Amino acid sequence: MKLSVLVNEGPYQHQSADSAIQFTKAALAKGHEIYRVFFYHDGVNNGTRFAVPPQDDRNITHEWSSLAKEHGLDLVVCIAAAQRRGILDENEAKRQGKDGDNIAEGFRISGLGQLIEAGIQSDRLVIFGD
Amino acid sequence: MAEPWEDDELDGPVRKFMYVNRRAPYGTIYALESLEVVLIAAAFEQDVSLVFMDDGVYQIKKEQNTDAIGVKNFSPTYRALEGYDVEKLYVEKESLESRGLTTDDLIVPVQVVEKDQLAELMEEQEVILSF
Repeated sequence: MKLSVLVNEGPYQHQSADSAIQFTKAALAKGHEIYRVFFYHDGVNNGTRFAVPPQDDRNITHEWSSLAKEHGLDLVVCIAAAQRRGILDENEAKRQGKDGDNIAEGFRISGLGQLIEAGIQSDRLVIFGD
Repeated sequence: MAEPWEDDELDGPVRKFMYVNRRAPYGTIYALESLEVVLIAAAFEQDVSLVFMDDGVYQIKKEQNTDAIGVKNFSPTYRALEGYDVEKLYVEKESLESRGLTTDDLIVPVQVVEKDQLAELMEEQEVILSF
């Protein structure tokens, strides 16, 4: 089945950030296709490479990045939600006159249209939120 | 530059999208960011419906005044939905009544549906986004 995943909550704050990655791993292991993972609301905070969780804890952003590398996942962070919360890629940092970017490897910033398109193109859109 | 979702080949399928608004308009950002999704989604010309239930019915309450909390009152935007051809607005009857509201208290015309009818409508959908 072709699946897309929507992540609406931030890492460590909320179980849904963990559940989303666990679901994605399980779906891939079962041979399903993940068309896209879209990060919205505080979910965009999953995409910062500047988070430094304690060493004996999981690193959710690293997990997404390595999963993206291994399976060629399309990890999309909503631009409007990201701008509110200070998640920037190199282009956005330049455009907004900021002195650095913090998007993690394997993530990209794009518009909400990518979420709607995922809903149109996928057999199921699976949502992780509060 | 054309975005990927503007490709002509994506014009084909029309799916039934339902947006379920369950939270109060202020206190969290869910209602505002949900409305942003609906407005963007309108450009995709899908079969869209909106549901207001639980505290979500307050999102379309008339005469909102947010001066004292320093947050923008975005409720007038719901009136713009008609211009985007988003015309199927449902309100759950039980949620409305338990909050002492009637359709006269709402800023947009809606169809009031009972819980069971709403369940049937949800059953018909292909994509449901709940905020």
